[in-house]
Amino acid sequence: MAILLNRSTRVIVQGFTGKIGSFHADDMKRYGTKLVGGVTPGKGGQKHLGLPVFNTVKGAVRETRAEASIVFVPPPFAADSIMEAADAGIKLCVCITDGIPSQDMMQVKRYMLRYRYEDRMRLIGPNCAGVITPGQALMGIMPGSIYLPGRVGIVGRSGTLGYEAASQMKSLGIGVSTSVGIGGDPINGSSFKDMLKLFEQDDETDAVVMIGEIGGPQEAEAAIWARDNMRKPLIAYIAGLSAPKGRRMGHAGAIISAFGESAQEKVEILKDAGVVIVPTPSSFGEVVADTLSRMKKAA
Amino acid sequence: MDIHEYQAKELLARHGVHVPRGGLAYSPEQATYRAREIGGSKWVLKAQVHSGARGKAGGIKLCANDEEISNAAEAMLGRKLVTQQTGPRGKLISRLYLEEAVDIAQELYVGFVLDRKEERVMIVASAAGGMEIEDIVEKAPNSILRTSVDPGVGMQRFQAREIAFGLGLDHNLIGKATETIFACYQVFRDYDASMLEINPLVVTRDGNLIALDAKMSFDENALFRRPEISELRDKSQEDPRETFASDRGLSYVGLDGNIGCIINGAGLAMATMDMIKIAGGEPANFLDIGGGASPERVAKSFRAVLGDKNVETILVNIFAGINRCDWVAEGVIKAIREVGVNVPLVVRLSGTRAEEGRRILADSGEAVIVADTLAEAAEKAVAAWRAATKKKAA
Repeated sequence: MAILLNRSTRVIVQGFTGKIGSFHADDMKRYGTKLVGGVTPGKGGQKHLGLPVFNTVKGAVRETRAEASIVFVPPPFAADSIMEAADAGIKLCVCITDGIPSQDMMQVKRYMLRYRYEDRMRLIGPNCAGVITPGQALMGIMPGSIYLPGRVGIVGRSGTLGYEAASQMKSLGIGVSTSVGIGGDPINGSSFKDMLKLFEQDDETDAVVMIGEIGGPQEAEAAIWARDNMRKPLIAYIAGLSAPKGRRMGHAGAIISAFGESAQEKVEILKDAGVVIVPTPSSFGEVVADTLSRMKKAA
Repeated sequence: MDIHEYQAKELLARHGVHVPRGGLAYSPEQATYRAREIGGSKWVLKAQVHSGARGKAGGIKLCANDEEISNAAEAMLGRKLVTQQTGPRGKLISRLYLEEAVDIAQELYVGFVLDRKEERVMIVASAAGGMEIEDIVEKAPNSILRTSVDPGVGMQRFQAREIAFGLGLDHNLIGKATETIFACYQVFRDYDASMLEINPLVVTRDGNLIALDAKMSFDENALFRRPEISELRDKSQEDPRETFASDRGLSYVGLDGNIGCIINGAGLAMATMDMIKIAGGEPANFLDIGGGASPERVAKSFRAVLGDKNVETILVNIFAGINRCDWVAEGVIKAIREVGVNVPLVVRLSGTRAEEGRRILADSGEAVIVADTLAEAAEKAVAAWRAATKKKAA
């Protein structure tokens, strides 16, 4: 099923009746996502976009058998909403909200540990573009039309840079199995490594594109894991070559504060681990095409 | 968001951390008055700027009488202090802090950071205080003690105690050190700090433990619930270009190049800057206009970018998902007509309503250089900038 999401995944929206939630819920529905309802505390019992509204996530899960939830709740309340989803038995939660305090995210991650691994919710984001399995379903805010269905996985921190990569690939006829935005915050639900593990096991993915940036240890950790465990080719780009040390570049997590966090240093670590490097942000398409054709020749 | 040393010390003192007696001064007269208030016979005058390494840059002076205080204050006030951390532009000194001089027996380092690997608050301590943490890591790596806090239960006293013993302190100081470290953690947690550094934490000759310096930064995402911290913001310490942009809700970082950038999304913004560099140019700024950008917001972005006098070309790169290229195009035309854009302008529109956007640009009759791909946009911007600087030189 590609990873995380397919056409039969039952999805609810938290922050359903708000302006942003409504806009994207409508968009996701039109793309083909199996949207089964939404949650807005105090508005339970109403209908919105032709779907039932619930007061609590537990109520929504009970009535709709929802497995996945997408969160558009404003930053002060978003952590609470994620924990509510985890406690209600949601399996996949995608949090789009930008601006959640770091201490709230620390608590979210600590809270999720109370569930056994098999029962634990998988969190994607926050501050991300979401997840799309092209041709099947969308749980996010990306423009569906730029993705061709196919067999290359994409995982990245940035939304728009992910669009850039997908559209370069599309113009060369290369499609995407699933694209995942893990978000630009310093503490996020799923790491690059978590997503590589899923792509490696997925029968419908042949190669993976990782779009990293300055700040944090996740790209390096992913590269080491890939070197030791991954059989599929990993192709990577790191944004922020011209970013100065100690300055936050938009994303809360995009800041060079330790050794190994600059774009140059990360590229070196990735190269050493045998990862194929995309040298410029305009060559995603070419490098992926080249990697795929080399795979074909080798086979 | 950073705050000043004296502000951090006030916060810490309120929670039981010992700091030297001191007072704030905006003039030489006030500084000498503070000396009498504090009492004693030796004082330290410290420039209040958002930077470390002030001592080496002349921002900290030991004084023994009114004349020395007055002269040192005169020399510092109104000047820009350039340290290893401020960059060549330096930071304006408009506030001074005068403190009683402390008789130091030993200097320690205690820092609190958000550790991204463990996703917890990490406490870092060393008995080799007084130098920058980077230097401690390099010169005395074995002196570094680390422990992280479980966010479920918060820091426990045993953790503070382990550090106190680990620092090799005298037994009669263990209790004081434990309380100090514990209080620092509480301040860090209760005010949503992202960094707290006490360097040095000193043991005095009379057996006290005092925070001689204090540096704090705060999580900007949490300021909505910390109004008392928001009030501590000092705009005179920020790059004026960044203050202008942040007051208008734009995410902007000033750099030293000549090609101004207006982009949507932080990742694409960084990638576009990289592409400019690869094409042989230097970006003047990072600017993310965000999602749902209206024509007004685009025009505001032009104002922010053009506020930098070094900008000689502008590159607009939009890959619209929730944005609309037709709105962006309208904003570009609005900016040309209302703000006045007298430098070459390259625009690349992609994604939602890109066709409509390109048509609006073409129909406007304005001099906009249009590009289809990211590479083409960067190359055209660098070429336009080269042509413009050549023209200027001729």
